[in-house]
Amino acid sequence: MVELTLPKNSQITTGKTWPKPEGATNLRKFQIYRWNPDDGQNPRVDTYWVDMDSCGPMVLDALIKIKNEIDPTLTFRRSCREGICGSCAMNIDGINTLACIYGMDEIKGDVKIYPLPHMPVVKDLIPDLTHFYAQHASIMPWLETKTQRPEKEWRQSIEDRKKLDGLYECVMCASCSTSCPSYWWNGDRYLGPAALLHAYRWIIDSRDEATGERLDELEDPFKLYRCHTIMNCTKTCPKGLNPAKAIANIKKMMVERQL
Amino acid sequence: MKFATDRKRVVGLGSAGSGTGHFWTMTVTSVALLALTPIFVFTFGPLLGQPYEAVIVALGHPLRALIMALMIIVGLHHFRLGIQTVIEDYTGGLTRKASLIAFSIISYGLMATGLFAIAKLAF
Repeated sequence: MVELTLPKNSQITTGKTWPKPEGATNLRKFQIYRWNPDDGQNPRVDTYWVDMDSCGPMVLDALIKIKNEIDPTLTFRRSCREGICGSCAMNIDGINTLACIYGMDEIKGDVKIYPLPHMPVVKDLIPDLTHFYAQHASIMPWLETKTQRPEKEWRQSIEDRKKLDGLYECVMCASCSTSCPSYWWNGDRYLGPAALLHAYRWIIDSRDEATGERLDELEDPFKLYRCHTIMNCTKTCPKGLNPAKAIANIKKMMVERQL
Repeated sequence: MKFATDRKRVVGLGSAGSGTGHFWTMTVTSVALLALTPIFVFTFGPLLGQPYEAVIVALGHPLRALIMALMIIVGLHHFRLGIQTVIEDYTGGLTRKASLIAFSIISYGLMATGLFAIAKLAF
């Protein structure tokens, strides 16, 4: 259900301004969301100054520099630092994206960093993605077959394999789902763009034999039809994928099997 | 629900087995309105500012009455389905159910009233 205001204990306050590094001439201001579940305080926005002459070009480089040199308590997820693992998804300069592949030269003015929107926060920039992962698991993200397993591999034509391009690349960073207003308001029941893109990836797979069952599972006013083609998912996807198109294709298949 | 697993929360009550009907009807009524709306505007636009008697006579014409009736039926059906989406998006629980019932009454009430008025003028 829609929530247009933050609950009292989630309202953001002004936090600490950390000292500027000594001797630095090329400084950049970072405003970063902080929340610690253990101190009972409201979330705050801390201000940091980073010496850009000794910092890498990506937002993640700056976050790591802040953690290493200024404030070791700053908490965020990161792993591969090349857009493959999806760990460092966060809201940077108003856009959900991956900190490791988002260049600071793309941002004008101060760098504002928040966790992915409308998700429970574990700490600082870390959202709780348990429900999101459970939704992904519910669409059966694996090959379902009923025919006896062939001696070698399940075969697929080059043309059918091409249909999976633009779908299999999803790294489950949750940038798309957490940018979707429908997911904000009804994320408990609406599967969201990421899970639906994965659902379509298996629906369209020529080797999969559970197409009907998969469509049956999505035949629901909330699981699928909360998508109103807002397109935030496609706009924000850091991998350049198009979840909105995948969802539109699922809807098309739903209609095709009824007419 | 506090101790339910995440998977249990996602599965909920399972798939409702409906939704495509609503989606397809919205699409069909949208296409119908795309054709009906200009016809409606060009048919009834010239009546704006006309005297009462002239409007009554014009609305009694079978073709005009048919266009008006179609506009009322398709338009209000589309409205009811559209408002259902908005209600489901923005409300929950009892408010959702009560609003859905209220807007069905309003939509079908307006439809019946409009059709009755057309029939009275035509016959």
